[in-house]
Amino acid sequence: MKKLLVAMALVLLASATASAETIKLGVLFGYTGPIESLTPGMAKGAELAIKEVSDSGALLGGAKVVSVRGDSTCTDSAAARAAAERLVTSDKVNAIVGGDCSGVTIAVLKNVALPNGVVMISPSATSPALSTIKDNGLFFRTAPSDARQGQVISDVLKERGVKSAALTYTNNDYGKGLADSIKTNFEKAGGKITISAAHEDGKADYTAEVGALSAAGGDVLIVAGYVDQGGKGVIRAAVDTGAFETFLLPDGMIAESLPKAIGKALDGSYGTVPGTDSPGAAKLGALAKKAGFKGGTPFVPESYDAAALILLAMQAAGSSNSMKLKDKVMMVANAPGEKIYPGELAKALKILAKGGDVDYVGASAVELIGPGESAGNYREILVKGGKITTVRYR
Amino acid sequence: MDGILNALVLLSNFVIVPAMAYGSQLALGALAVTLIYAILRFSDFAQGDTMAFGAMATILFTWVLQYWDVSISPLPTALLALPFGVLCTVALCLLIDRWVYRFYRRVKAKPEVLMIVSVGVMFVYNSVVRFIIGPGDRWFVDGQRFIITAPAFKRLSGLDEGVAFKTTQGLTILTAVIVVAALFWFLNRTRTGKSMRAYSDNEDLALLSGIDPERVVRTTWIIAAALATIAGVLYGLDKSFKPFTYFNLLLPIFASAIVGGLGNPLGAIAGGFTIAFSEIALTYAYRKFLAYLTPGEWAPQGLVQLLSTDYKFAVSFVILVLVLLLRPTGIFGRRSP
Repeated sequence: MKKLLVAMALVLLASATASAETIKLGVLFGYTGPIESLTPGMAKGAELAIKEVSDSGALLGGAKVVSVRGDSTCTDSAAARAAAERLVTSDKVNAIVGGDCSGVTIAVLKNVALPNGVVMISPSATSPALSTIKDNGLFFRTAPSDARQGQVISDVLKERGVKSAALTYTNNDYGKGLADSIKTNFEKAGGKITISAAHEDGKADYTAEVGALSAAGGDVLIVAGYVDQGGKGVIRAAVDTGAFETFLLPDGMIAESLPKAIGKALDGSYGTVPGTDSPGAAKLGALAKKAGFKGGTPFVPESYDAAALILLAMQAAGSSNSMKLKDKVMMVANAPGEKIYPGELAKALKILAKGGDVDYVGASAVELIGPGESAGNYREILVKGGKITTVRYR
Repeated sequence: MDGILNALVLLSNFVIVPAMAYGSQLALGALAVTLIYAILRFSDFAQGDTMAFGAMATILFTWVLQYWDVSISPLPTALLALPFGVLCTVALCLLIDRWVYRFYRRVKAKPEVLMIVSVGVMFVYNSVVRFIIGPGDRWFVDGQRFIITAPAFKRLSGLDEGVAFKTTQGLTILTAVIVVAALFWFLNRTRTGKSMRAYSDNEDLALLSGIDPERVVRTTWIIAAALATIAGVLYGLDKSFKPFTYFNLLLPIFASAIVGGLGNPLGAIAGGFTIAFSEIALTYAYRKFLAYLTPGEWAPQGLVQLLSTDYKFAVSFVILVLVLLLRPTGIFGRRSP
């Protein structure tokens, strides 16, 4: 009898090991291109969550999870599609963390994720267009829509007593969507946008663009662009010609490289970037520090949360199949259930395995609303002494 | 009175000073194009990328110098590295001439063939530059950035508007003047320069009078490479270095050379400034400028901008087309292109 029990236990164990699969997650960010200084941290954030789950051995009976990186380039839709196509068809990833910039994310969603039925959770695509896009329930984002950021920026401007502002945006889905949202909200609040002009990325000199912005005038210049591209060029030209002294910097412009490049002239400029003061951010910061990177840079918390949500949804669905896990994302992200912070993914997996419910808070205080996007928590920042400092959270 | 002064200062800040610097950079590039056209008798499409190569070589030497803590502050270190950059570019141009262009000269290829060959050379340079330094933005200016900043100007003059004058803009204009003067002295006063002009005017006659054609060709490449490097470095210092923007410079440079008449050095300079001023003046928004000149209630409501800044390149293209249609030999006309 005893022998029989041992044998049965061994068989069970063997079958358990045999059934434990290797799950692959695509990490599709623009490792080259206009936000290349942000993406290494974002990828590390996502991979931190992946490693945490993989090491816990609690996912779907001990599945290992590995990440496969793909380069979205942030701007080149064709290249992003090719990279996503490779992730899905040749690497056979179960789901994708990404894309990063709105334009390529839309392209990948329409052309790769929808036809192949693969879930995408983007940590940083913020275009309002993604709220209404047809996604068959496959697309989510841990970043809020820019419709919300426009509201927050308008509040910040009002509180600082800004009456009029000039606005320039990078000529793509992200820039246009954000600019429209800022303009609508600020004008509703009684402010005046003197000009809303696009700028092309990748030019050597933006003096002419700044000339037009300066002719329109305004208390501050809102630069809805990219920190490694035209956005930086516009600010440099505006500082050089003395056209504007204060800049409002939306999320795409916030990176330590900006005050480093512009210098003292950027002191006193302020901006907004998704972020939260929930205990989750600090916990991720500690985890990231242990892993050897910064957890506080833009979109790192959102990236960690995007990867964590996919894996928790797999556990809840009892399957690594995108078509099954897509229905569980909202469930694990929102109340009711036990609150889960970074570093507690193993606990969450165990609760879900027992059929319980979790409310994933994560590093960015995730609360998915409407079509599966973050409700939006923002950090208001101020550049002081060449450093980006936090004013408050909204 | 203050209104007029403010308007003038404003215009200087956004139109005159940037256009002077940009015009000088274009003029130097156009001079190289025009020299090659006059002597080697083809349009060198590799010009923009020769500039990129020269600027890249200079940047590499600048980094070495910066590493050794050599500097000529308040001037940018790149000026010190410039001669080395010129040497590299000259070596490259002479090698390419020996390996590529000489063959087509020997077989007396038509100018169109040589032009297409130069497109090939352009792609090679293009890739070499990206391969060595990468496709990204490089910012290599150091030392004192401004001769006078806009706030400092406002304080000194007591006006509402300020004009910023960057060190790089001053350097660009000064260098262009020196280089152009030296070039004209060389072409008009020295034996080699005279033989180049003779060769350009009438090849057969020049050969009969004992001018060594290979020597003339060599000298032309050396001068063109030096001009391209200087133009490339000045442009990179003033704006920023990125291989793709240099490729984009090809159009305004050719427009400059053609407006002044291909093969005419004086025309190249005039063409450079014509293009630069048209590009910038036509895309500037004049609202504030007019507001200073007119009494309060007359101030315009709109931006008074003829063209959006996105159409900058279209301006040089339209000028190019107009000149080719109406005066194909250029404003100063010498030889039909």
